[in-house]
Amino acid sequence: MRAKKKFGLQTVAFSRPVAIISSATCVGPLEGTGPLQGSFDVVYPDMLNGAKSWEAAETAMLKETVQMVLGKGAVSSSSVDILLAGDLLNQCTSANFAARDLGIPMLGLYGACSTMAESTGLGAALIDGGFATHTVAAVSSHNATSERQYRFPTEYGGQRPPYSQYTVTGAGALLLADGLHHQGLMPRVTHFTIGKVVDLGIKDPFDMGAAMAPAAADTILRHFSDLNLPAEHYDLVVTGDLAYVGYNILRELLHQSNLELGSRLNDCGLMIYDRNVQPVFAGGSGCGCSAAVFCGYLFELLRAGALQRLLLVGTGALLSPTTFQQGETIPCVAHAVAIEMCHDRMAE
Amino acid sequence: MGSSKAKQRQQLQRKDYQRLSAQKRLKIPVARNTMVAFVVGGLVSVLGQVLIFLYMRLGFSAEQAASPMVATLIVIASVLTGLGVWDYIGQFAGAGVGVPVTGFANSIVSSAIEFKREGYILGVGGRMFQLAGPVIVYGVVTALVVGILHGLVRGL
Repeated sequence: MRAKKKFGLQTVAFSRPVAIISSATCVGPLEGTGPLQGSFDVVYPDMLNGAKSWEAAETAMLKETVQMVLGKGAVSSSSVDILLAGDLLNQCTSANFAARDLGIPMLGLYGACSTMAESTGLGAALIDGGFATHTVAAVSSHNATSERQYRFPTEYGGQRPPYSQYTVTGAGALLLADGLHHQGLMPRVTHFTIGKVVDLGIKDPFDMGAAMAPAAADTILRHFSDLNLPAEHYDLVVTGDLAYVGYNILRELLHQSNLELGSRLNDCGLMIYDRNVQPVFAGGSGCGCSAAVFCGYLFELLRAGALQRLLLVGTGALLSPTTFQQGETIPCVAHAVAIEMCHDRMAE
Repeated sequence: MGSSKAKQRQQLQRKDYQRLSAQKRLKIPVARNTMVAFVVGGLVSVLGQVLIFLYMRLGFSAEQAASPMVATLIVIASVLTGLGVWDYIGQFAGAGVGVPVTGFANSIVSSAIEFKREGYILGVGGRMFQLAGPVIVYGVVTALVVGILHGLVRGL
């Protein structure tokens, strides 16, 4: 008989936690000079890095990150069963164009800025289900490609409100593998909570932190209740890109539901930049934000043993320029993956 | 019946949330922005006046000098856009540089630069007025309406 893997309403637990055998990151110059400098594998000296367009630059960045993660994990591209990749652009441009050169079977994902958690959770599920032995989860975002698609030309001189966010130029990738062949102490994906789309009526496309906070709260609360966990279970619950405004709202929402995470709650959008010095307004955003912070800095903390258990909550605002011009509110989603530093263990 | 109650509850929840998020949202520094826009906008106008005097020295009449003055401001804003510094000026000064002709120039040049990679026809040609379009359309419409009113008033 097959073991039960679904717990509560939205959470799956992997019967054999899926090993993350390597991670890789690549970022732009602003991220590379921020508080997390030194934690990235590659820092591009400028936003184009020799490419002929912003889109080509983002594609090259994602491709390089995937190649790095394979190199670090000493796994050839032909041994990877599935690449799960996404970005913020229409038609998942960067991910699909990067995959064109990688020669790995590819599933393109769009969860806006939640895609790092989404791809990691799905990649782990495919392995735990026996459908793959190696998967790669990879995402990217680029400040200039996002600006031109979602907002204005990059050199446009409009005044942005202080609660707006700055899209991270960055990519991150994880190489996931069946625990059977990787039994040592390493970070492993143990659970995946799939979020519902939540919309509490925020319309301002600059106010994404506020739009996404209820989705983050919904998924975090669901994860804790599905698994019946105490508040201190995780050393760190880290959201993707709520930034200053969304982070403070999330704190308030969790407080209203009696989940007090205290200093165990943080946000990648607040970690990647120093918003007092760098011109990023409320903080970072974009799927590259959680990707670059998790696959770099946080992954190293896990490996060094400074963190034992971590819940990565990718947060995505599912708007498009069309929907906000038509006056629609902003639907948002958050997916959570639990990652634990442990040896391989089989569930009884 | 049940669904209308659920809808009501959802609306209430949304209303509560609007209140909470408005509380937590970082406030736009309206007083600061207005002051800076006033001062910088004034300085742009002073620069314009200086240019008019300059062109009058070159032999233009006071009325004629307005055209090369506007052209000079457009060139300055366009070059600064091309050099990649105008977005910083715009963030600092807001409406102070956005409302004068400098903002108009920036909106056109920034679009032209951005979409150059899609080619000169569909990229630059097709999208150059993406941001300036509304200004042109409603500028012309307003001029038309005012012109008609003007004619009617004079005709009476």
